[in-house]
Amino acid sequence: MTLLTILFDGIAYGMLLFVLACGLAVTLGLMNFVNLAHGAFAMAGGYACAILVNRAGLPFFAALPIAFVVSAAIGAVLERSLYRHLYTRSHLDQVLFTIGLVFMSVTAVDYFMGSSQTFIHLPDYLQGQINLFGLGVGRYRLMIIVICGLLTVALQMILSKTRFGSRLRAAVDDPRAASGLGINVPQVFALTFAFGCGLAGMGGALGAEILGLDPYFPLKFMIYFLIVVTVGGSSSITGPFLASLLLGIGDVAGKYYVPKLGAFVIYTMMIVILIWRPNGLFGRTAAR
Amino acid sequence: MLRNLISATVTAVSVLSIGGLAQAQETVKIGLIVPMTGGQASTGQQINNAIKLYQQKNGDTVAGKKVEIILKDDAALPDNTKRLAQELIVNEKVNIIAGFGVTPAALAAAPLATQAKVPEIVMAAGTSIITERSPYIVRTSFTLAQSSTIIGDWAAKNGIKKVATLTSDYAPGNDALQFFKEHFTAGGGEIVEEVKVPLANPDFAPFLQRMKDSKPDAVFVFVPAGQGGNFMKQYAERGLDKSGIKVIGPGDVMDDDLLNNMGDAALGAVTAHLYSAAHPSAMNKEFVAAYKKAYNTRPGFMAVGGWDGIHLVYEALKKTGGKADGDSLIAAMKGMKWESPRGPISIDPETRDIVQNIYIRKVEKVDGELYNIEFATFEAVKDPGKTKK
Repeated sequence: MTLLTILFDGIAYGMLLFVLACGLAVTLGLMNFVNLAHGAFAMAGGYACAILVNRAGLPFFAALPIAFVVSAAIGAVLERSLYRHLYTRSHLDQVLFTIGLVFMSVTAVDYFMGSSQTFIHLPDYLQGQINLFGLGVGRYRLMIIVICGLLTVALQMILSKTRFGSRLRAAVDDPRAASGLGINVPQVFALTFAFGCGLAGMGGALGAEILGLDPYFPLKFMIYFLIVVTVGGSSSITGPFLASLLLGIGDVAGKYYVPKLGAFVIYTMMIVILIWRPNGLFGRTAAR
Repeated sequence: MLRNLISATVTAVSVLSIGGLAQAQETVKIGLIVPMTGGQASTGQQINNAIKLYQQKNGDTVAGKKVEIILKDDAALPDNTKRLAQELIVNEKVNIIAGFGVTPAALAAAPLATQAKVPEIVMAAGTSIITERSPYIVRTSFTLAQSSTIIGDWAAKNGIKKVATLTSDYAPGNDALQFFKEHFTAGGGEIVEEVKVPLANPDFAPFLQRMKDSKPDAVFVFVPAGQGGNFMKQYAERGLDKSGIKVIGPGDVMDDDLLNNMGDAALGAVTAHLYSAAHPSAMNKEFVAAYKKAYNTRPGFMAVGGWDGIHLVYEALKKTGGKADGDSLIAAMKGMKWESPRGPISIDPETRDIVQNIYIRKVEKVDGELYNIEFATFEAVKDPGKTKK
């Protein structure tokens, strides 16, 4: 029974990691851009949701899509004004630029929202546990699994089945040939970037309850996002998804069964997987 | 933020306008070094707020001297603290340094206090050893051992037999655990599970499941102030409250500053601490009302540490008749007794540490807000971290 509870918690945690990090998988893997500021967009979504729910009194489920839109809009604006100038620059430039953005976002949020933890007031029906076939299941975590599961399916469908998905894949595989065929590559990238930021924002809003929300969020979770992307490999959505689940379950189980080593489990797993498969679980072997 | 801007302007203007006078009457300068930015910023803000409030109420002149506060932000980084303390002592020629949000910051300034013979008033940091690092250190906050030992004694005497502990793996967490364990097991209690969580640990789920499975009567918890809310929420989410497992701990976790945002999950938690905004004394009611009016939020124990710190300086100056050299001030402060918003307190003449009542409180809802309601008192508790030696 305990095993199932641990598994359930692990899946919820992993799903959350996936929604938070899959935007990064897209920018890093598909667009080949190192965006360390990814967590800042997640934080923006979290705070947008907190303000809407706590101050404006909006229902939680109405605030979630708005958190998505807010983060996506911020992402789109920054992409058009700042990021696109750096696509062709070296990775070091990109790292320096985005880590600078992280520090600016930390200070800005600290200034406007204060440095203490922010909580989102949840409706009662999302609190506590329900009994599912004798298994104590946290309602909030159950909701996370449902929402994130649907999102994953939707993402996979968009990428593989829609016109936009094929344009994106074409633009990534060979930008020159794609633009020669009439695909507006910068526009595709901008939309993808904004969408990834929006997902992060929604993840931030969903995760505030479990991961906490304070101005240092982008720094605290940067490592986790990077682990998900490196372990998962960045050529598809499936890789990061499985990696998130694996890490989520591994992390929770490790902390439960060997609490003394709990914090190291996730890193040990990363090292072992990367020694075994340096390009990640689903990496391209002959990448650029 | 606007508030800070306004107050900064007001301070600037008042400094300018008094500039002429100050020449004539001599000033006593206090260098206030607290974290105003970064993760510990709420500590610095509370202390700074409380000191401003004190000066508004009692004026900025005492024993013929004008008391001037020079505020510096160290962001809780000990390197900064040391540099700022040195600048304040050497360039600004301050008579007193005060504040210190975290233990490493207080320790970093200690050698400077000794060398320059400048009193160092610790208004926040809570590790026992601090006052032993310099004969010029006086503390008006608390020590972690004070609250941790008391909650251990209380739990053992009040029908709690088995306790699982969950503490953050850093110095204050380990201190809290050690002091609690000593007193709780000495009183006949048993620790059935002991988990140290990593400091940067966002998700308590697996640890809480472990607590639940060990079936204790209560969970002893110490996590950094900011994580208390997350802990309580996940504690309720996992149904530990419904399994009859109580939450006990030192009161830092239930800081008044954060309590109201934790939601009903926090109800019923029993903690031992030096101050609750609901402390039923006339003086505290007046203090809380004034603080709320000025800053639109309720004061926490950090604010009280700042309030008593500046009060101690005022009283010491009265006693020395305005003499502001380190040795006379420290001599005047030793053994001083007064009533604080938290209750009667004094400065131990031997250790220069604070002696105060520790209250056992339970989180309850009053007028729609969460408060720590005190229901038992342990009087005049000295720092157990030192009395052992």
